[in-house]
Amino acid sequence: MSLFNIFDVASSAMAAQSERLNVTASNIANADSVAGPDGQAYRAKQVVFQAVPPDAGNGPAKVRVAGVVEDNAPGRRVFDPKHPLADGQGYVTMPNVSIVDEMVNMLSASRSYQSSVEVMNTAKSLLQKTLTLGS
Amino acid sequence: MIDRLDEFMRFQTEALKLRSTRQELLAGNVANADTPSYKAVDFDFGKALAAATTTKAGTPAPAPELLYREPAQASLDGNTVEMDAERAKFADNTVRYEAALKFLNAQLKTMLSALQG
Repeated sequence: MSLFNIFDVASSAMAAQSERLNVTASNIANADSVAGPDGQAYRAKQVVFQAVPPDAGNGPAKVRVAGVVEDNAPGRRVFDPKHPLADGQGYVTMPNVSIVDEMVNMLSASRSYQSSVEVMNTAKSLLQKTLTLGS
Repeated sequence: MIDRLDEFMRFQTEALKLRSTRQELLAGNVANADTPSYKAVDFDFGKALAAATTTKAGTPAPAPELLYREPAQASLDGNTVEMDAERAKFADNTVRYEAALKFLNAQLKTMLSALQG
């Protein structure tokens, strides 16, 4: 019954989007973390989505998170000579997190998650209606 | 006798099967709305239904031929899922699935009342 497959596909999308939301939360939370465990400023992380082709034949593709990559953009430099982490010229390297980008990411992830929930609900009600066939 | 009943309900059964296959594909498109380079897929329902209902009774219907969707506004990352269009098609397919279900139910009821007299 192929309608059952929708649950797998939609839940894979929900898992992927929630991981994206998680990474966004980490980026926003650390937008001002000037020193991590390695002494360097926090680097923004981004998830990479990948479509998983079906096992056999042609069918819908699930989604998976292929990995979490670090943003290599240089960090923001702020002039603050009194800061304990300021360099010789008085600049502090801040994380390369863009709050605007992260807010956009958050909204996009949340909308996509909602879409998947709706798809799943539709599949559920269709299956329930199919079960009452002939009664 | 049974094969006549089968033949009687074949059209709606095949329609229902294809609707559920299409529902699954559209769900896959919605799920991959943010996957870079993902190409949205769909199939020609009319053609697939014609192919499924003209095969000899008892043989399995051929799998519908998948086609890639032509995007109206291509996105920069190579993804061709357009959420609004995909959601509209999903809702449309849901209603048509329910319609096929209703027709099949009515055919069953018709047969049942003929059998019970």
